[in-house]
Amino acid sequence: MGQYGIGQPVRRKEDVRLLTGKGRYTDDIHFDGQLWAAFFRSPHAHAKIKSIDSAAALSVAGVRHVFTGEDMRKGGMKPLVADINFTDRKGNKMYKPVRHILPSDRACYVGEPLVMVLADSAEAARAGAELIEIDFETLPNITSTAKAAEPDAYVLHPEHGSNIAVHWENSAPDEVDALIAQAPHKVKIHLVNNRLIVAPMEPRCAVATYDAKEDVITLYSPTQGVRPAQAGFAGLLGIDKKKLRVISLDVGGGFGIRSKRYPETAAVAWAAKHINQPVKWRGDRSETFVSDHHGRDQVNDAVMGLDKNGRVIALRLETIVNVGAYSGDNGPRLPIDGGGRIIPCGYDIEKFYFSVKPVYTNTVPTDTYRGAGRPEANYIMERLMDAAAEECGLTRDEIRRRNLIPLSKMPYRTQMNFVYDSGDFIGTMDKTLELADWKGFASRRKETEKRGKLRGIGLASFVEQAGGRPTEEMRVKFDENGKATVFSGTFSHGQGHETVYAQMVNDYLGVPFDQIDFVQGDTDTTPPGGVGTFGSRSSMMGGVAIKRSCGQIIMKGKKIAAHLLQADPAAVTFENGLFRVGVSSISIQDVARAASDPAKLPEGVTPGLDESNLFEREPDLNNFPNGCHICEVEVDPELGTIEIVKYTALDDCGVVLNPLIVHGQVYGGVAQGIGQALTEDAIYDAESGQLLAGSFMDYGMPRAHHLSMIEAHFTDDQPCKTNDLGVKGAGEAGACGAPPAFVSAVCDALTPYGVKHIDMPLTPERVWTAIQQAKAHKAA
Amino acid sequence: MQPFNYHRPTELADVVKILANSEDPKLLAGGMTLLPTLKQRLAAPSDLIDLSRIPNLQGICEDKNEIIIGAMTCHADVAASDMVRAFCPALADLAGQIGDPAVRHRGTIGGSVANADPAADYPAAVLGLNATIETNQRRIKNDDFFTGLFETALEPGEIITALRFPRPKRAQYQKFRHPASGYAVVGVMVAQFDAKARMAITGAGPNAFRPHAFEEALTGSFTAKAIEGLTLDPDELLSDMHASAAYRAHVALVLAKRAIGLIS
Ligand SMILES: Cc1cc2nc3c(=O)[nH]c(=O)nc-3n(C[C@H](O)[C@H](O)[C@H](O)COP(=O)(O)OP(=O)(O)OC[C@H]3O[C@@H](n4cnc5c(N)ncnc54)[C@H](O)[C@@H]3O)c2cc1C
Repeated sequence: MGQYGIGQPVRRKEDVRLLTGKGRYTDDIHFDGQLWAAFFRSPHAHAKIKSIDSAAALSVAGVRHVFTGEDMRKGGMKPLVADINFTDRKGNKMYKPVRHILPSDRACYVGEPLVMVLADSAEAARAGAELIEIDFETLPNITSTAKAAEPDAYVLHPEHGSNIAVHWENSAPDEVDALIAQAPHKVKIHLVNNRLIVAPMEPRCAVATYDAKEDVITLYSPTQGVRPAQAGFAGLLGIDKKKLRVISLDVGGGFGIRSKRYPETAAVAWAAKHINQPVKWRGDRSETFVSDHHGRDQVNDAVMGLDKNGRVIALRLETIVNVGAYSGDNGPRLPIDGGGRIIPCGYDIEKFYFSVKPVYTNTVPTDTYRGAGRPEANYIMERLMDAAAEECGLTRDEIRRRNLIPLSKMPYRTQMNFVYDSGDFIGTMDKTLELADWKGFASRRKETEKRGKLRGIGLASFVEQAGGRPTEEMRVKFDENGKATVFSGTFSHGQGHETVYAQMVNDYLGVPFDQIDFVQGDTDTTPPGGVGTFGSRSSMMGGVAIKRSCGQIIMKGKKIAAHLLQADPAAVTFENGLFRVGVSSISIQDVARAASDPAKLPEGVTPGLDESNLFEREPDLNNFPNGCHICEVEVDPELGTIEIVKYTALDDCGVVLNPLIVHGQVYGGVAQGIGQALTEDAIYDAESGQLLAGSFMDYGMPRAHHLSMIEAHFTDDQPCKTNDLGVKGAGEAGACGAPPAFVSAVCDALTPYGVKHIDMPLTPERVWTAIQQAKAHKAA
Repeated sequence: MQPFNYHRPTELADVVKILANSEDPKLLAGGMTLLPTLKQRLAAPSDLIDLSRIPNLQGICEDKNEIIIGAMTCHADVAASDMVRAFCPALADLAGQIGDPAVRHRGTIGGSVANADPAADYPAAVLGLNATIETNQRRIKNDDFFTGLFETALEPGEIITALRFPRPKRAQYQKFRHPASGYAVVGVMVAQFDAKARMAITGAGPNAFRPHAFEEALTGSFTAKAIEGLTLDPDELLSDMHASAAYRAHVALVLAKRAIGLIS
């Protein structure tokens, strides 16, 4: 409907501001008399702190205060304890180590903040932090995911006696094991899902002020939703959440990790109140590497039994997830009831055993990162299906066709108790095969081979899970001039909500697109039931709440219009921004103007046209975006280098509200997926426990030239049946599809050598080594 | 970054004076390497002497059978120079493959050579193309210049003023880029001069070097076949998270053959 309505490729309203340098980020905030914070960070992976001496730091000109965690604890700071609770099958509870904000007894990873220095300038604060003297007694360390789970591993938290936080299982393994033992076909895989640096464009930043009269701290910081941040930090500070106002301005990327509680932010807020003076901390890029949460980091072992026809009989899966030194707000949850609960993804598998061991190690905590468990889950299933295709002598598409949940079985209850409402997984795959000209691949391969290179094609069929927390509140308010404003409970940190929500209000209420404002990111104005943006939830949660708010506005508007037009409210209709009765009509903006004047209102109607809606869905009624991605690569067999030459994505994200924006989400997701599969690797040194990939000079982000050929398509014939809009999430699908499609393509290219699998990232050296080993194996 | 005195002299003589009179001075060329080290507080010089306003250090010219590139010439200018391209296309190609556009417009040939990063590209040209390093005090032969990891024959206070490259009959540079920084994991320059062939490898060792066995073979016959069977000893090469020594040795061979193949 209309040029700016739902479904139109409307250009992003916010882009002019953001692209012309008019964005306003936390770092743009300064207060008179503010002190700058810097943190002394642990140079050791694991060390006992015997003493802290701040005399030298305090002697630096401009340094005003030095605070340790001990000082903060005395001043009311609480430890950070994740709200995660799992038990093993015997009922033993998950172990959660106490994480102190700036620990004073022990450092558990390189980069852990230990002491805060406050000074008149950022430079003086840093100079002071450099002079903090800590008497460390270094301790052994453990960083490896696989090794941490071994029985004789060095134990990071001795009071627990093991690095394994909990051994969670969905059931006893016996039945599955017996079925696999008897299966005619068996496949077995071992995968490493590499640890990633999330690297949002905006490094972390925090500014806090304190109003002593009202006893209110105001904290400015990039988040993904101010309400959870308010509750979370108020909890750490030991204050009532009414005493903490949180403001997030423009945010340069969240990807999951900006929604978490970090020690530095808590310390800044604490200090502002403690010294009653504004405090600012601007993290730099190096700090982003060693102190932002990392992503992924799993080791997966899976065995699958199939019958003679290539139908899966049973699946056994064991996952170890490295959660870092402490449990983050979500880390251990990711493979279990976080995103990873989607497993076994799009496949109709009746018998399934699933075990997860979150392990503590001397590394930065891992937490949600674009996909948050779903990319890992889909990667496992897709690598298994490729292995099964080979084992059963079927093509890679045929093995999937035989095992994907058919349309006829929808709605489908999964092993982990989700109900898929819609999705034509097989149809989508078949359409993608066509779009990517799967059949014509052989001739493209021949052409490549003429140039001395190898060509491979790979596909991935994936299912996602979107929704996150089950409530969200949005408010639509008209002012006395007839302008509408959306007060958003979700939080756009790059997704384009300013545009899409305006399209919706334009569509539902007929208000001109440029007369719709957008307000988010301030606990003083964000609806009380606001939650935020993560888990691809904003349109399905916030969008529904907007639609319902608009519905409420129309209901009230009808009463007012009827009064103004001297008609019966039941006779009033609303369409294209006009309330009509017979030949008379009045625009919604005129109704809004009238609504601000109590004299013009019918009896019993409160002034204003201002409606909020707290939308609450059934907790398990997430939605399930899905799709198929096909990747084609050329490999230089001499050097092991890989070039992506074709990439076709077909995504089912239900009803598309703005194709331009959803395309952007697909591109971004694919870029992050390809980054993981091709170049990114957050490696720790096995001995020293130092982060080796500690800067962009070492950590390989994907580049534009790697990804210039993405072709993104949508299929919209399967709208979501469980929300008012028919939308499914769209933000994380790319990160699910790209890694398995890419790895499958490279292994396909290497068929002449018989290479079956290479762990991510597929660096040239790994590819070359795999070829060398396969050659040696053949020769032997 | 810690405070420092900033100087921007217009005469080389003034640079020498300031160098002599400062406590812990540093020359500033493009700043692509120096500024990050200052920002990360890894270095804190008392004085920075910006070389950008000294006319004698700029520009490219030909003199008899040599091309002379002023120390302060940025990589982008070398890459785009018709004179360089006509004289030795491999040199222009090499400059055009350094880092990214921003780095190429700031980073200079003098800064790069003085810095002697084991992964820098120019050292392969300096050795492979038999260049001479001209300073405010003397001329240094390329073989005497790179003395170790980030180490050169420059004396304290010595300033590179220009690089002089003789004209090769033909030359080729092949590079294997670092996935993150763009530096050379391995870079190979091969060049044929009237009497002799030269080859230089950067990225693979603690500093750029000439594999003499390869040069001899290529002097006999400038073909990929001539170096068939020759190898590099991984024990003398670098190993890091991006490439093991064995892989670097292999890549260097492949690049050498490709470089020769492209011109022979
Ligand atoms: C992101 C990035 C990517 C890069 N990629 C590459 C790459 O692919 N290949 C590559 O080769 N390089 C690469 N570089 C390095 C860059 O090309 C510069 O050559 C290098 O940083 C040094 O040159 P500069 O002019 O910036 O010197 P500066 O940083 O200013 O100085 C470097 C050092 O040289 C000294 N110095 C400077 N000029 C002189 C002189 N005339 N005489 C004596 N001493 C002097 C300085 O005192 C300092 O110690 C990269 C750099 C960055 C930041």
